[in-house]
Amino acid sequence: MTLNTILLIIMTLMALYTVVARSLLKATIGLAVTSAVMTILMFNLDSPLAAVFELSVCTGLITVVFASAIALTKPLTHKETIEVSKNKFRRYWYLPVIMVLSGVFMAFSNIPSSLFQPQAAAGAEDVRHVLWNARQLDLFGQIIIMLAGAFSIVILFKEVRKK
Amino acid sequence: MSSILILIPLFGVMILNLPFRSVMKRLAFWFAAVLFLVQMIVAVFHHSTIWGSSMTIFDPFFKVDFLTDNLSFIVLLAIGVVSLTSLIVARYTLKDENERFNFINLLIIASIGMSGIVMVSDIFSLYVFLEITAVSAFILIALQKERQALEGAFKYIFLSAIATIMMLSSIALLLLLTGGTSFAAIKAVVSGPGASFFGKFAVGLFLCGLFIKGGVVPFHGWLPDAYSTAPSAVSVLLAGIITKVSGIYTLMRIVISVFGFDVHISHILMFAGAVSIVTGALAALGQSDFKRMLAYSSISQVGYIVLGLGTGTMLGILGAAFHLFNHAIFKTLLFVNSASVERETGTRNMDSLGGLSAKMPVTGATSVIAFLSTSGIPPLAGFWSKLMIIVALWMSSNYAYAVIAVAASALTLAYFLSMQRRVFFGKVAEGLENIKEAPGGLVFVSIALAAITIGVGLAFPVFYTQLIEPIKELITW
Repeated sequence: MTLNTILLIIMTLMALYTVVARSLLKATIGLAVTSAVMTILMFNLDSPLAAVFELSVCTGLITVVFASAIALTKPLTHKETIEVSKNKFRRYWYLPVIMVLSGVFMAFSNIPSSLFQPQAAAGAEDVRHVLWNARQLDLFGQIIIMLAGAFSIVILFKEVRKK
Repeated sequence: MSSILILIPLFGVMILNLPFRSVMKRLAFWFAAVLFLVQMIVAVFHHSTIWGSSMTIFDPFFKVDFLTDNLSFIVLLAIGVVSLTSLIVARYTLKDENERFNFINLLIIASIGMSGIVMVSDIFSLYVFLEITAVSAFILIALQKERQALEGAFKYIFLSAIATIMMLSSIALLLLLTGGTSFAAIKAVVSGPGASFFGKFAVGLFLCGLFIKGGVVPFHGWLPDAYSTAPSAVSVLLAGIITKVSGIYTLMRIVISVFGFDVHISHILMFAGAVSIVTGALAALGQSDFKRMLAYSSISQVGYIVLGLGTGTMLGILGAAFHLFNHAIFKTLLFVNSASVERETGTRNMDSLGGLSAKMPVTGATSVIAFLSTSGIPPLAGFWSKLMIIVALWMSSNYAYAVIAVAASALTLAYFLSMQRRVFFGKVAEGLENIKEAPGGLVFVSIALAAITIGVGLAFPVFYTQLIEPIKELITW
């Protein structure tokens, strides 16, 4: 079993934990760990640029945004938390089943492994070119999405607090 | 042109949220109104050289090849008209100043998202702009934070997330297969009979994602709740243009310019279109909530667009593009009228209404024009687009689908006559004796949209030659 396979299994288990975790904060931590493991996988697969973005944006920034949003909500009581947790298990029992079946399918199907090999990764000198020339519009798109996200926090959380 | 439709609105939103917000709040409405008016002018007079010469400072900023062709222009025009209408409706239906200001900001962001969808030529950028539009739409639905609206927004988020997963997985597969995400690179690999299994699988995933976004049956679960629970101005925007652009325009663009037609895609589109037409019409017949009835009617009318597209013929595609524009106009008019009725009477329950034509004559009369156009009655705009779709189906030997399309028009007439009788005709309902006509702004918007519906119908040859026929250039097979 290679290191990448072990990391893949850890990442999948952490992703499952994120979905079934009892509290939102624990789910956020689960997501951050999932993302951190994915970062290591990306480094191993010769994609340092993608790894740096994954680490800074997904593991760092998004965790902070989620934690801040959770801080604005009213926490559940212990009884409610247990009830929510039970409902989650009832609702998502099929997730591990799908995961195992997908793994079995992938292992025994004749998908050419070359299809899933990472192609040429951008080197450090290409970063500026990729971000500013090749994907400039997507960069602007991200700024606009962040703007929309800021409005959602103002509309859905800030004014509720005032009331 | 990209500067006018993307950069200037973006900087505008940023400036509106700088200090001196009390001044900015007063300016926001007029800023947005000018933006949407300019968008309409740019779309209609797109051949003018003014856009090229006056924007030389901004235009070199984007190092991106935008895709602006005749299909883009007609949709950009619809975006401008519906966004401006939604802005005016918000002025009369959103009472709180802060709420109105937030609405205007999000409306501008949504319009940037929609314009981006219409102009990009890269499948990943398309996804980014789809997300911008979707995120703004979620928040707009939940704007007033009422329980039902939050539920509607949640259903939209949930199904939209599934669509996102499907589209992202498809993009990942296409990237692996083609090594790029531009429309041209993908077209070279997935269109035609030589496409691999994974190419076809990626196409299927992407189409399913777009069906969810467009509310095509059986992926329509979110649409009636989202449309009916959102504030009136947001319903106008959602029904009039957001779902048309995110789901249906994108479907047209991707199928025509990227994936191409084959027998399977044609069959899937025509089957989904026919099922949507019938399911939407039958469900609309049983509704008593005004906006919910209009929501099901939208599902049915979107079915016509998908059915026309599915023929894969020149006439069918032109008819689909024309019906997309017409539907944006007459459905927006119907939602404006429902907003006027709700504002004046305080209810959307059609069983509690009646005889409103006597009290709200303009709203009643424009509603008749809109429903006649939706049902395909000549000489209104809806008649011509439906005629083109039905003739295209007949000429491509899809007789059964042509018969379904004609029969469903009778169903459309039935549910709209039922609505008109319950809301506008007959004796004035108890408690509504003192109702007045909607405010001047809403009446003006209704008259303008009704005039477009009549005008496009009467001047069909001119409209067809100027805006619809040039779309032929896109069809290369």
